Amino acid sequence: MPIHFARESENIITLTFDHAGSVNLIDENFLREFDNHVSRLTNDASLCGVILASAKDTFFVGADIEMLYRADDAAQVFEMTQAFKATLRKLETLGKPVVAALNGSALGGGFEIALACHFRIALDDKKAQFGFPEVTLGVLPAGGGVTRMVRMFGLQTALPYMVEGTRLNVEEAQDAGWIDEIVSSKEEMMERAREWILQNPRAQQAWDADGYRIPGGDPRRPQVMSQILPIAPAMLTQKTHRNYLAPEAILSAAVEGAMVNFETATRIESRYFAKLLTSQTAKNMMHAFWFQLNEIKAGSSRPREIEKRKTKKLGVLGAGFMGHGIAYVSALAGIDVVMKDVTRERAEAGKEKIAALLEERMARGKITEDLRLETLARIHATDDVNDLRDCDLIIEAVFEDRAVKADVIRETSNVISSDAFFGSNTSTLPISSLQSLSSHPAHFVGIHFFSPVYKMPLVEIIRGKETSDAAIAKAFDYVLQIGKTPIVVNDARGFYTSRVFGTYVNEGMALLAEGQHPRAIESAGVKAGMAVGPLAVSDEVNIGLIWHIREQTRKDFEAEGKVFPSDASDRVVDFMVNTAKRTGKAQGAGFYEYPESEKKFLWRELQNHFPLSDTELSQLEMIDRLLFVQCLETVRCVQQGVLTSSADANIGSIFGWSFAPFSGGTLQFINAYGIEKFIARSRELAEKYGARFEPPQLLLEIAEQGKSF
Amino acid sequence: MPHDAYIYDAVRTPRGRGKADGSLHEIQPVDLLATVLRALQTRNNLDTAQVDDVVIGCVTPIAEQGGVIARSAVIHAGWATNVPGVQLDRFCASGLEAVNTAAMQIASGWHKLVVAGGVESMSRLPMGSDGGAWFMDPRVNLESGFVPQGISADLIATIENFSRDDVDRYALQSQQRAAYAEQNGYFKSRVPVRDQNGLHILNRDEHIRANTTLERLANLSPAFEMMGDMGFDAVALDRYPKLERIEHVHTAGNSSGIVDGAAAVLLGSKEMGERLGLKPRAKILAGAVVGTEPTIMLTGPAPASKKALAKAGMNARDIDLFEVNEAFAVVPMRFVRDMNLDGTENVNVNGGAIAMGHPLGATGAMLLGTLLDELERNDLETGLVTLCVGGGMGIATVVERV
Repeated sequence: MPIHFARESENIITLTFDHAGSVNLIDENFLREFDNHVSRLTNDASLCGVILASAKDTFFVGADIEMLYRADDAAQVFEMTQAFKATLRKLETLGKPVVAALNGSALGGGFEIALACHFRIALDDKKAQFGFPEVTLGVLPAGGGVTRMVRMFGLQTALPYMVEGTRLNVEEAQDAGWIDEIVSSKEEMMERAREWILQNPRAQQAWDADGYRIPGGDPRRPQVMSQILPIAPAMLTQKTHRNYLAPEAILSAAVEGAMVNFETATRIESRYFAKLLTSQTAKNMMHAFWFQLNEIKAGSSRPREIEKRKTKKLGVLGAGFMGHGIAYVSALAGIDVVMKDVTRERAEAGKEKIAALLEERMARGKITEDLRLETLARIHATDDVNDLRDCDLIIEAVFEDRAVKADVIRETSNVISSDAFFGSNTSTLPISSLQSLSSHPAHFVGIHFFSPVYKMPLVEIIRGKETSDAAIAKAFDYVLQIGKTPIVVNDARGFYTSRVFGTYVNEGMALLAEGQHPRAIESAGVKAGMAVGPLAVSDEVNIGLIWHIREQTRKDFEAEGKVFPSDASDRVVDFMVNTAKRTGKAQGAGFYEYPESEKKFLWRELQNHFPLSDTELSQLEMIDRLLFVQCLETVRCVQQGVLTSSADANIGSIFGWSFAPFSGGTLQFINAYGIEKFIARSRELAEKYGARFEPPQLLLEIAEQGKSF
Repeated sequence: MPHDAYIYDAVRTPRGRGKADGSLHEIQPVDLLATVLRALQTRNNLDTAQVDDVVIGCVTPIAEQGGVIARSAVIHAGWATNVPGVQLDRFCASGLEAVNTAAMQIASGWHKLVVAGGVESMSRLPMGSDGGAWFMDPRVNLESGFVPQGISADLIATIENFSRDDVDRYALQSQQRAAYAEQNGYFKSRVPVRDQNGLHILNRDEHIRANTTLERLANLSPAFEMMGDMGFDAVALDRYPKLERIEHVHTAGNSSGIVDGAAAVLLGSKEMGERLGLKPRAKILAGAVVGTEPTIMLTGPAPASKKALAKAGMNARDIDLFEVNEAFAVVPMRFVRDMNLDGTENVNVNGGAIAMGHPLGATGAMLLGTLLDELERNDLETGLVTLCVGGGMGIATVVERV
């Protein structure tokens, strides 16, 4: 990586980072070259000061993840990290002022370079982001980031930024004290950097000055810290249930580092980093949130030959919860939306919901008044099907019933242009069966949103029997256009996400039917890494809906002359819906009670109807059941051709139904567990709990070939 | 045991409210300790040069309570120069741990005469102000599932189904029993605290609320609910996954009081007692310590007591009186259940730390004195002292009058 070296008349040296790629990255070359330059500066008696700048649109986006992903030797990681820190330390103890000229985003290792400078000037760029995203990839800021943040702001202020991976924009960064000055042009930035250098010839970091104390006190003075330190791990446990190593390591590195001098603190930081980086969790998270997510966004599942096309005008059928949600996120992305419902009133009511969402968004400072009005104006609420005439994409989000869907598909087919594409937001009805109702089946595609639409990052695109590549590409481009992540799957009952998610819910109910303690089941789900326990999520989805889908499926099976595979959870669903008449959260009564002013709690009578078994399963046994059942069903989806990409499987599971993110997704879970070991454990579970745990043929083949997913 | 360990005497200071307006706040911890050492000397006409060691429990051994306060107190009390001193810490068990340590030294024949005791000025050195890896090191904090003891107490109440009313009733009984004992002069082992001029400072346990009522107790707010919400409940629920939530029943009224105080016990061999003309009050039969699950933390008394009773070849039915430290109301309540006792009839008969306070390092030695006084008053034979201990431990000592 070239670093341009330029000396000016006042003996101010500018080092301009200019990586061969589109952004500046820390890789082996950079580390070497950067150290050479800095070492040269330490011998430069005439030096007046240093400016660090970037030749890219951003300042520096962090470390090369490929390099980090490959690292598997703790000793090498420790040494490499220490070497990088030694370079930064040389720079900040030059005895000469060093200024960071931040022309754009500075993230992770890039922001750590900036923190080793004595002064930070940033260009007023609304898109620029600053902060430490390391934790989201299972590691910690190891370029002296933990050590310097603690010394700049104190433990209490510094920790949340690093533990949560918060990114700040330029104004927030200045308010937080991360950036000293904001300027409006590049020229001004360089000019101010020069001025500052000339005015501060003896710049020194606060922590290198005599009499320095860490703001807010250090852990050696327990009177000061006794309010914060003992509870910090508990607050973390409440969020992570100890499933994530990185936030714990950040906490420890920060606390331990605050008790010792700067050099020792940076060494402690490197040791924790080496441990994290060589851990399976970090590899899983990098695999999912870096490589596979990038692969998806780069269009690996999109038909390549089709030209990219933006959606200009979107038609949404149905202004209910899903319908107005889709209209809302689309309008926010700058798409004109026609939202149609059976009556004008219902369409307008949907629009009012959107107006409220926009108000809320503005209150949180996310959009301006102008943008709010502009977005709302993009939405046309109507009851007239003819208003859909010039839409290039229509998405139906009407009631989940075959007859209702059939009606709107037929009605719309007559009006829209033959070039337009039609998406169905069904979560349960096979796309191929709806497709045949359309006059342009090749233009018909499944576009499955998750609820609530504005929060959930995933959209599942379903290819029906007759769906064309053009329709897949259209849906794919649209999903990216609204800032969400698309996965592409083939048509089958429940597609991918609903089908596999269903196994989690069923397993939870099966455990209940077997007489496991309901609270212990819920705890196992959360401890397994799922966002919500299986019974709580059933309440949220609605047990009535689960029953309804099951009955529909049973009928479909019978119509095809097949036997519906009944399992232990059927009895639970049946009991809850037909006997107890407790269908879920919306009704205020399900597996849980929902008192008005109190937190929900499990319905106490559950144990009378599902008496506790004498055989109490260990939490680990329940966790394995809850996770394995999902992983195995995912393998079946691959085997049956529903899934065609490992990235779609993994990202779909994490973004779609919050499958344990630290595992890297349903297929990566198997890789990380070890395929042979996973097969052996599956067989054990199958022996005890039934054929659903029997490893599918594909898994055996993959093991035999020594491959992984 | 090769040699029997006899208890020749036990004294304690009154307990002062552990706040800046408490009567003992102005007294240095070294003076509290010197007070009880001098009392032992005077009451027994003791030739201090015969004392082999002074073993003192202290839980916050920093600042004016740091630097081996036992040796400082020996010097300050004007004892013979040849008497050494050592400070030990097993959290709330420290005072009884000192007694057990002294008993071991005598039983082994290593020492002949030892003073054991404890001191804690909680008004000066707040609980936890010495730090420690247990809760200040995030790794150990996470590994141990650290929660404050009040959360552990509420966790026990949740598991045992003790209601707020149950624990308040227990607290009321502690107050009433302590007030009655105070009124009738049962606390014989207590010695007053005076200033350097001999002027009176405190001669009664000032934490007792003789007039409290169930209504007053019921009006107090739960003390640990907020910190529970902030994350500690989640830690406890992660360890006890069958619980729906933690019921926060403990308040300032049904938890032990924060107080200042010191205690000392004189232990020795039979021969040494005879040589010095001391009359033994009791004999140590056995002692034990155990570790227990650290999040629930306070369930150690029963397993420690069972272990000690087994060593003594006894069972709970053989014990006339129990002193179970009232760190929180649920601790003796659960003890009664775990040991299969008939209620609290012979447990903490003169009240406990809910009424009188719990000066951490001193309490164990104080309870031993209270127990001896009561055994003698009723002419009973056997007694057991037990305490729950921070970090998930328990301690017990079994004694018999001679």
